Amino acid sequence: MQRIFISFIAFSFFLISCKKDSSTTYNSSVKADLSVEFDNIAGSQDLQLNTGKYITESGDTIKSITKLKYFVSNFSFTNMDGTVYTVPQDSSYFLVIEGDSSTYEPNFKVPEGEYKSVSFILGVDSVRNTLDVSKRTGVLDVTSPATADMYWTWNSGYIFYKLEGTSPQVPSMGGMGGNNFYYHIGLFGGKTTSTINNIKKVTLDLTARGTPKVKSGKDTNIHLMVDVLKMFSGTNSISIAAHSMVMTDDYSANIAANFVGMFRHDHTEN
Amino acid sequence: MSVKRNNILAFLFFFAGTYACKKEMGNSSFEGFQQPSNFPAPEYHFETNALTQAGFELGRKLFYETQLSHNNTISCGSCHIQTSAFVHPGHSVSHGIYDRLGKRNSPPIMNLAWSTSFMWDGGIFDLDLQPLAPIANHVEMDDTISNLLVKLGKTTDYPTLFQKAFGTPEITGTRFLKALVQFMVMCVSSHSKYDSVMRNEGASFTSTEQAGYVLFQQKCNSCHKEPLFTDHTFRNNGLPPSGLNDEGRYLVTLNSTDRYKFKVPSLHNIFYTEPYMHDGRYFDLEGVLEYYNSGAQNTTNLDTLLKQNGRLGIPLTSVDKTNLIAFLKTLSDRSFLLDKRFSEH
Ligand code: HEC
Ligand code: HEC
Repeated sequence: MQRIFISFIAFSFFLISCKKDSSTTYNSSVKADLSVEFDNIAGSQDLQLNTGKYITESGDTIKSITKLKYFVSNFSFTNMDGTVYTVPQDSSYFLVIEGDSSTYEPNFKVPEGEYKSVSFILGVDSVRNTLDVSKRTGVLDVTSPATADMYWTWNSGYIFYKLEGTSPQVPSMGGMGGNNFYYHIGLFGGKTTSTINNIKKVTLDLTARGTPKVKSGKDTNIHLMVDVLKMFSGTNSISIAAHSMVMTDDYSANIAANFVGMFRHDHTEN
Repeated sequence: MSVKRNNILAFLFFFAGTYACKKEMGNSSFEGFQQPSNFPAPEYHFETNALTQAGFELGRKLFYETQLSHNNTISCGSCHIQTSAFVHPGHSVSHGIYDRLGKRNSPPIMNLAWSTSFMWDGGIFDLDLQPLAPIANHVEMDDTISNLLVKLGKTTDYPTLFQKAFGTPEITGTRFLKALVQFMVMCVSSHSKYDSVMRNEGASFTSTEQAGYVLFQQKCNSCHKEPLFTDHTFRNNGLPPSGLNDEGRYLVTLNSTDRYKFKVPSLHNIFYTEPYMHDGRYFDLEGVLEYYNSGAQNTTNLDTLLKQNGRLGIPLTSVDKTNLIAFLKTLSDRSFLLDKRFSEH
């Protein structure tokens, strides 16, 4: 019985390797499934809301992370031959919410083929920031429960990235119940007067850690790691003690400058 | 004299008659947005929010709806009172839920179809997005819009009213916002004496008013530009910052050249919209005029118009002030304050 089983396994290995050897043919006029997974981590640990404790590169202690939400949008995928597939606007906006696993894996239909890079923006572009409310559907609906706290009502615009938590480094504010940090980063450049633009484009190479091979009949998943601790280091070193609350102020640009470094391609499930 | 009086009476009767007629026809004769001939083309995007009678009436009901606030005590109409051109009279900064203090004075809901931005600092660039701010603001109504939509969905009347306005009973955020805006853009004030004079409808300025008008054009009109009495820009008119140190437009743009700038407010119905300035620091127009004459400070970004000829502010003699006030009175539009279409029903 065991022997039969083993030979069955050997046989199926054979089949699989056979399939692998014969070079796959792609039909670029056929679209197939591709997902991009946003796996939030903190340094070398998985990110755990409320319970995880982490240390930033500059030595600040994060006692807890209570909220992490961010918009990713305007996805495009570049094929091995350089052809760029841009995801249609109406299906290119996603809100990743730590704690809600249904938001971790945006799904796309892209032409069959092998892709060498993925691009997206962290945030919401200025066109969508200034769109008529009737066209703001899905995660862009500013009246929906998930999105309402990702929108500045008094300074029209989406909050691109929100990280909240507690740290002993936060000077406690007299009576306000201290130790909380708030990073609410937005600002799309302004509608009539130009303001800071904190929209960041992220482009990641996919060849080094597993080229996605998109083919109908199967799911391909690009697994990204999103390291929140990198928000505190990289281009700028962010001290929690000195900047525990950053919203619409000039300093937001220093944090946004670290955004791109938070993302890396970990592996691909083909 | 008595002939004249009879004429006036007859005229009044005629008026009352047409008014009554209009009222009777009431529901079937929604006129939509009326463009006053002396105003420029509106800025509001009517193409994405076609006004209908049912939409407007729903918006009005929502405007006066206390269920919009967390503890069901405050409506938009609590801070924007019609008989005061929709400001909050006597309140320098508006009182919201639980009487927590906001930091700014509530501006009028009036001629908003011509505005290019909203709030004293212009932080909101589309009127459709405006109602989100007071509802979410902890100092004002302290509720979330999604809570509120659920709350309205459970009432007996709102689903029907949304159906009438939008074809189906769903209460969506977009519909909620569009309906409120339908009400607000309809609040047009264009029947002041000033407007009648400008439209050559028979009224004319007295000599004092005329002298005030001439003065106004010389000294005020570059910012409070006719016929809306604002050029929609942000300027620092020299008010010394208060303890709150409200930095105005700077909070929105973060450009240092915008520090202490506030939106030039319209002066339509100025006699009804006290207190004055973004923080409501002046309680009468005499105070405002004396401020322009002697109170302006050389703060960061003070407008150059307020430092002419080596002097701060705008020199005004007491005769100038009397004339200006007479002119400013011609901007009162009582019919707007009493218009039943805009009142709570
Ligand atoms: C607690 C008082 C309060 C309530 C309630 C309130 N407002 Fe206001 N409103 C204000 C204040 C104060 C401002 C000015 C705020 C600023 O400039 O920062 C304002 C500004 C506005 C403006 C901008 C006007 C302009 O010319 O810039 C509009 C429009 C408006 N409110 C509509 C509404 C609507 C609609 C509601 C109900 C959903 C509402 N308000 C509820 C106090 C209030
Ligand atoms: C340089 C532009 C400028 C000039 C010139 C100017 N104003 Fe103003 N005015 C403003 C601004 C800006 C505000 C709002 C300031 C604030 O609240 O911080 C204002 C506020 C007012 C207010 C208060 C309105 C309200 O609803 O609170 C009145 C009344 C007023 N001005 C009348 C006048 C008169 C009369 C003149 C001419 C003698 C004049 N202004 C000249 C810019 C100007």
